[in-house]
Order: sequence, then structure tokens, then C-alpha cells
Amino acid sequence: MVEYRLKTPLSEEDVRKLNVGDIVYLDGIIYTGRDEVHIHAIELAKEGKSPPVDFKDMVLFHCGPVMKKDENGEWHVIAAGPTTSSRMNSLEPEFIERFGVRAIIGKGGMSKPTVDAMKKHGAVYLAMTGGAAALAANAFKKVHGVEWLEFGMPEAIWILEAENLGPLVVGIDAHGNSLYEDVEEKVRKNEKKVREILGI
Amino acid sequence: MLSEDMIEDVVFKLLKRASTSSPPDVVRALNEAYEREDEPVPKMQLKAILKNIEVAQENSLPLCQDTGVHIFFVKGNLKLIPYFKGFEDAIKRGVMKATEEVPLRPNAVHPITRKNPGNNIGVRMPYINYIPTDDPWIEIIAFPKGAGSENMSFMSMLTPSQGLKGIKEFIIESVIKSGGKPCTPTVIGVGIGGTSDIAMHIAKEALLRPIGDRHPEKDIAELEEELLKAINEIGIGPMGLGGKTTVLDVHIEYAYCHTASLPVAVNTQCWTGRRARARIYEDGRIEEMEG
Repeated sequence: MVEYRLKTPLSEEDVRKLNVGDIVYLDGIIYTGRDEVHIHAIELAKEGKSPPVDFKDMVLFHCGPVMKKDENGEWHVIAAGPTTSSRMNSLEPEFIERFGVRAIIGKGGMSKPTVDAMKKHGAVYLAMTGGAAALAANAFKKVHGVEWLEFGMPEAIWILEAENLGPLVVGIDAHGNSLYEDVEEKVRKNEKKVREILGI
Repeated sequence: MLSEDMIEDVVFKLLKRASTSSPPDVVRALNEAYEREDEPVPKMQLKAILKNIEVAQENSLPLCQDTGVHIFFVKGNLKLIPYFKGFEDAIKRGVMKATEEVPLRPNAVHPITRKNPGNNIGVRMPYINYIPTDDPWIEIIAFPKGAGSENMSFMSMLTPSQGLKGIKEFIIESVIKSGGKPCTPTVIGVGIGGTSDIAMHIAKEALLRPIGDRHPEKDIAELEEELLKAINEIGIGPMGLGGKTTVLDVHIEYAYCHTASLPVAVNTQCWTGRRARARIYEDGRIEEMEG
């Protein structure tokens, strides 16, 4: 287990050196994006158009934050923990391939096609502690803007500046390894013992 | 006499407390879990959870961005409520105020059109459960429920021949299927018996009990202990990243059921353990309850 502090944008080299179980702290610009962002960005790309931000070498955060606008019209992050990433399973491989995103922050992990896409294109999945929204909100020092707010507060692309965001655990690395698959394997083994204890 | 303004204010305060702090029994259990884990990954998850609770409380910020949909339990001498329409309207105003001021995420939408009114109010939402007793007070329990854990709800109509073995089997299967998705370590609420709706209802009610609280009947209390121990051998761990702590507790409630059926339901609460309660006495005195 190695600890890293990385700054966005990330290079392919930055992410290829990471292994599952490593710990990452992030600085720099991070984009939020969940269901709607995936759907619409891919739709636009198919029409030959570009989404409003360039995800190349950037970090995508599966998050629908609680935001608040102050009297001066400035946005502030109130709560910003990760959402369940598996909802984006079907679109993520294409998203990674088309837009060249280098890291995805979320919770719960992602399925095999995303693990494969991450290996092929050089990207990683960083697990943030689910529900730890106050901690995350504290690490976002500035809101640089918002795109696609018409999809609603949780579904918009929030452009956030992070300072020491973490700890994030490398859940899927760029070498085809997934901590979630390892845990599933262990759970399958442990299930026997559990059944014995319960007499079932 | 309970005034509507008083109810609105109590509800607002309960939602603020429930959303921005975890009950003391939950914090205690999370600390114990932190001590128990020895691998770096689960330890780090629990450390982040405990730090998050600290930061949220210090800054009066929501613990989690999913501040839930708003479920209430109203327990006590219901005769103290002069007018139910007024009482429920006051609860709604409390929810609206909390949504605006805490702030809470507007989560309540129409189930088909998905239209979001933006204030957490809609048909049958907030949902209010009444439990009449002869106590000299009314207790309001705010129980905001996030989707991560609620989406991991399971219900099955077992056959009576499947018995206790079938019940245990169903609970273990539900926990394995959920993995880390409900934001483990969770509390598992189990409802056994009744009818399909009663089973799920008492499974949710079981989640109101503080961690460490055991069912008054010895056999059920032992089953809770047995399941708690067994589930934590599974290795899902905090946030599904592996470890010794998958659940903080298991609470079971039961009801007599038809001789031909055996309903069983599992409802899950995420690690935040969000709940807050207050008692209002006849003379208008308000007592904020711990946990």
C-alpha cells in the first residue's frame, strides 16, 4: 500500500503507477457527473459535438451534491459524497474511451467491462467512503462553475477545485485488478463458514 | 395543548439533528469497529466515517449528500394531538423549512413522472406512522431514509416448512446481495411474520432501536446475536472493501402470522444511523431525546 498525492490533470503515467489498495489524495479541478451526464455526453459525442467540459486526463466524480448559492450569486458545496457507481456500469466503458477520463471517484465499484476499459485506456477507479459528504465538502475549496444545471442540482456537471481530497482507495487499477472482485471472491469462500455457524 | 408552531419547530430541529449528527450509540459502535479492524483499508474507511461525523457536527453540515426521504414515527398519547390535519401540515412545514435551511437535498419525486417539487413534499410524503400508547407525552421520531440503503430492501413469502433455517438463509442472501452498496457497516432490521406489509413495516421499526439493544424475548435476542456474529464473518466490510465489520447490529421484530405463511423482510440502515427523537408533554414541555 503506497500513498500518493496527485494533482489534476492526470497523466497516463500518474495512473498506471497505481495499484489496488493504494491511497490517493487529490488536488485540482474535478468534475461531477452521474446518470444524466453520461447519457447526454455520449449522445452529443455521437452527433459529433462536444460536452461543455473536456474530460481528457481529468477526474470524474460520481456525485450529486447539495449546493447552495449565497447572496453574491456564488455557489458553495454543502455536501458532496459519492453515489453508487454501478448505476453507470453500462455507459462507463464508452465514456472512458470517448473522453479519455483518467480517474473516476465513486462508491461500490464497477463491473468487468469498466475494469477492462480502464486497463486498455489507462484509467483508475478511486473509492471514496460512501456518505462521507461533509469530509468531501470540506476538501472542495472553490466552485469554478456549473454546466447542465437544467438536469437538476444532483445531475449537473459541477466544476470543483479540490484540496487534499481523500483518502481515496484505488478500487480498480489500470492493470485489470479490482479490489471489489477480490472481496467478492473472499465472501464466496467465507459464506461456507457463515452457513456452518448458522446451521444452514 | 400542542401548538402547530411548536410541532413545526420540533420537526425542523429533529431533521437538523438527524441529518448533521449520528446518534451516540452509532458513534460508539463505529469507534469499536475501528478498534476491531486491523487491515489498513477497512480501518481507513472507518476513520473517514468518524472524521466525517466530527466535521458534519462541527459545521452543522449534512453527514451525507443523500439526506433521504422523510419518514416519521409519532408515538404516545395521540389524544394530545388536537387536529390531525393541522398536525400533519405542521410536520410538512418543518420538512420544508429543513430542506431550505439545513439544507437538505430535495429527493422526493413523483414515482412515474419523476417530477421534483423541490421541497421534499408530495403525495404521502413525508410519511407518518402512528403508534398509540397511554404515555403522558407524544414522541416524534424523525427517520430520514437514504436510497442507498433503502434500495437494498428484500421481502419474501417463505413457506412455513422453510422455518427458521429458511429465515436465516434469506437474511444471509440479502446481506451478500447488498454487498457494500447500502454503505456498510449497516444495521439490519428484520421483520418476521405478520403479512407481507407488516413484515416490512416491523423490519423498518426494528431499525429505530439503538445499537446493542436486544429483543425482550430471550430466543429472539439470541437469534439477533447469532446473526450479528455470523454476518460479520462474511468479510464484505466497511464500504464493501473487505473487513470484519459488515454490520453494526441486527434487530429483529416479529408478529404472529397465518398458519399457512411465513413472511420475512429485511430493511437496512446505512452507517449514519440517522434518527432523532423528541418528547412533547401535555404542558408544552419539550424533551430532546438522545439517539
